[in-house]
Amino acid sequence: MVGIVIVSHSVKVAEGIYDLAMEMASENEHIIAAGGMESGAIGTDAFRIMSAIKAADTGDGVAVLADLGSGIMSAEMAIEMLGDNINVRIADAPVLEGAISAAVTSTSGASLDEVIAAAEEARNTSKLS
Amino acid sequence: MSSKIYDCIEMIGNRIIENKDFLTELDREIGDADHGINMARGFTEVLAILPKDSDNIGDLLKKTGMTLLSKVGGASGPLYGTAYMQAGKVCAGKTALTAQDGKAVFEAVIAGIQKRGKAVKGEKTMLDAIIPAFEAYSAAVDSGASVNDALDAMCKAAEEGVEYTKTIIATKGRASYLGERSIGHQDPGATSATYTMQAVRDFIKG
Repeated sequence: MVGIVIVSHSVKVAEGIYDLAMEMASENEHIIAAGGMESGAIGTDAFRIMSAIKAADTGDGVAVLADLGSGIMSAEMAIEMLGDNINVRIADAPVLEGAISAAVTSTSGASLDEVIAAAEEARNTSKLS
Repeated sequence: MSSKIYDCIEMIGNRIIENKDFLTELDREIGDADHGINMARGFTEVLAILPKDSDNIGDLLKKTGMTLLSKVGGASGPLYGTAYMQAGKVCAGKTALTAQDGKAVFEAVIAGIQKRGKAVKGEKTMLDAIIPAFEAYSAAVDSGASVNDALDAMCKAAEEGVEYTKTIIATKGRASYLGERSIGHQDPGATSATYTMQAVRDFIKG
């Protein structure tokens, strides 16, 4: 099963998104919230994200959903530090909607490409029509 | 007895830590009000963990980058982390640097920051101080100027770069949410980058 890592500057945001995603994907044990700094402060930490990616991987790859600016930069650094050992990609998607789409798609047994595509589709979904 | 490279990084760290409140204030105006706090937290940790007596420049720069990466938290963590790690690669195994090495460090740092931040000059970022500083430094070194004169030219260009950031709209980072309201404010990242270069100059000039 494709793992999912939720990256946010805020511990609470990442955990909140995790809670929402788990409502739709309760049997998925490979979704991990990696929010904030080790101290709990606001921020992102490439090493925390790297550990989360390792923990989320079952061999089928990992999709990363990240919030603002340094969320993406720290995730990119985490991926570079991991080298080629894990098939991991960042979804170009809004972190909340993307994470929920990714969680549902991953739980259905889809591939990493399909999970990333589902997350990125969330970018174009209109909320008012 | 501490090594020269440790002393140089200490001077950079102290300059950042001394200006913590000002950097945070700049970031309050156009960002998320954490730049000084984050950078000071990062350098406090750097100065605590670096081996004081090692003169391995590459190794100390790499350790500085790794520590900033994990302790800074904001966008400056991956950006400065990348910058120091790239500088460390250029300086691997070295215990002294020439003026030409300085150019190679600059090139690696700029390439690293551009790749990480996907930014170019003119977007109200640290690059608006670093790129002109590099150009001024290189031009001076290539024309045969003394190292001290090249370092002065570098800092003057960086300071002018900071002034220039007041005149432009931010299109990268948190300040981009402000759009035109970011005009009139100097960029915190360009400012901390300039402190870094000033500290290096002051260290080398002694």
